[in-house]
Amino acid sequence: MAEIQEYWRWTEYSWHHPEMDWRQGKRIAAGIDVGSVSSQALVLVDGQIFAFSNLRTGSNSPDSANNAIKTALKDTGMEIKDLQYTVGTGYGRVNVPFANRAITEIACHARGANFMAGPKVRTVLDMGGQDCKAIHCDERGKVTNFLMNDKCAAGTGRGMEVMADLLSIPIKDIGDLSFQVDEEPQPVSSTCVVFAKSEALGLMRSGWSKNMVLAAYCSAMAHRVSLLLGRIGVEDQFFITGGIAKNPGIVKRLEQELGIQAVKSQHDSQIAGALGAGLFADTLLQKGAQ
Amino acid sequence: MIKAGIDVGAKTIKVVLMEDGKIRGKGKVLSGFDQEESAKEALEQALMEAQLSREAIGIIVTTGNGRKAISYATDDVTEARAAALGAVFLYPSARTVIDVGAEEARAIKCDSSGKVLDFAVNEKCAAGSGAFTEAMARALEVPLEELGPLSLRSTQTIPMNAQCTVFAESEVVSLIHSKTQKADIAVRRVGLEPELVLIGGVAHNPGFVESFKRTAELDNVRTAEDPEFVGAIGAALAAGE
Amino acid sequence: MIANYGYKDGSGEYFIGIDTDKCNGCGDCVPVCPAKVLEMVADQYDPLSDKIVAAVREEERKKIKYTCAPCKPASGRALLPCMLACAPGAIAHSW
Repeated sequence: MAEIQEYWRWTEYSWHHPEMDWRQGKRIAAGIDVGSVSSQALVLVDGQIFAFSNLRTGSNSPDSANNAIKTALKDTGMEIKDLQYTVGTGYGRVNVPFANRAITEIACHARGANFMAGPKVRTVLDMGGQDCKAIHCDERGKVTNFLMNDKCAAGTGRGMEVMADLLSIPIKDIGDLSFQVDEEPQPVSSTCVVFAKSEALGLMRSGWSKNMVLAAYCSAMAHRVSLLLGRIGVEDQFFITGGIAKNPGIVKRLEQELGIQAVKSQHDSQIAGALGAGLFADTLLQKGAQ
Repeated sequence: MIKAGIDVGAKTIKVVLMEDGKIRGKGKVLSGFDQEESAKEALEQALMEAQLSREAIGIIVTTGNGRKAISYATDDVTEARAAALGAVFLYPSARTVIDVGAEEARAIKCDSSGKVLDFAVNEKCAAGSGAFTEAMARALEVPLEELGPLSLRSTQTIPMNAQCTVFAESEVVSLIHSKTQKADIAVRRVGLEPELVLIGGVAHNPGFVESFKRTAELDNVRTAEDPEFVGAIGAALAAGE
Repeated sequence: MIANYGYKDGSGEYFIGIDTDKCNGCGDCVPVCPAKVLEMVADQYDPLSDKIVAAVREEERKKIKYTCAPCKPASGRALLPCMLACAPGAIAHSW
């Protein structure tokens, strides 16, 4: 089992501001995003990003939340008791032991995207581990229209992991390899990941290279996501959050299909939810929340 | 005259030989890579059982998703038509037929002659198809045949969050619960008629049948004997028309 | 805001859209639904407001295709009770 699972692994890390003295800060707000696959903790001091971490979610949400915040606060001298207000979000949001409030990840992603990519962002796509969200928001990052699909693995990070396992290719290489083909193949015809797996095996048997299969799978996924986005309407500017934003095999094909470029941000696309939660915590602090 | 019905399914190929409304022989092999070759093999099995030679067959009608792939077939009929004909032949009072195969589920409403009045199908999603139970059997590390009996031994019903087969695989380890909803909805879409027959390979799974009865709130659910052969029987019957 | 509750799978798209700007919080849609799909809650997608709006219950969101099916037969389809009950016209079904 172990060597099969390695293919979907990605790197965990944490970051904190090298110069900021948090003890001078008036407001210390935190956002914790406990997703189905990854967990992030992020701390804002007076509305500025002070520290964050990006880890894999363990089998239990409270432990994952504790791990994430401890990793983020490592070597900063800050402790959980110093957090004045904490908002939990994501799949495990109600199980964050030190959170003051839980807010849905839809609202948090829109708010986070607004901070990361600027107030001109109107369309946010979040492709998470087990869901896919299409969000339309206003200039303040307030949600105006959204839909989420968390019922079906097609179009989620999990669907990509299944393909990585099947073809024995590390998940981070999928995007680049999918462009190493002589010509772009037709997308796989099956929507369902289970059926796509048998289709992929059939294509390999009939002589397709792994890269061709990846290209066909990435373009099918991009097409599926573009249909989902179509339901809420894609309006410039467009921003992608979540782990899949790191897969150019999907992003470039999606941009082509939509005829619109996604805004690039200096921030890690996976922290959008935690950042949004932290920003809500900060706003609530300013409003005098206890 | 001997009539052959071949059901070229996603996972297996079933052959039934019929003469004067009686079943003479049956054959079943995995579809494999070459459906035409596999169909030949299944046909030979059935001929062996019936102690007949290839020349005795007067007409061959195919059905199933690979029904166009068999070059030596005389004709082909849709899966819904074959399922309704076969079910009404076996159970003359059947008016609703639920067919859950390896990669699709369909509900069919028919009249006393086996004519299709309405049908709904799900073939795009592995939830509610045989592929789901196969994946669950793999995740639980139990043979497919034991999954159903095993589920009947459970003492409580734990609803599963995941509908998707892929998500369910990660969720299932502590849960044993048969999937019924897709078939259930297909039934509601076509409307419930009193006599209901379950066909297709998944009808072999008693856990599914039990769970289906409960969800559909129906007692008079019949499971066809040899449920996976009903489509092939229907195809052979269609040959007479 | 339009909140689309539901999902898309291989068989199609199934979403109940609730326009929270139109929803007046009257709650008339809740009792008329034979499957009890709807509830009145604080708007979860605008955490800074306290408005009470209609929403699809969490446990129903992944199966509305099935739950709503009795109101949507293949033939002889009538207007949906939830939509008829909503005076401001805030409820829409995508299928």
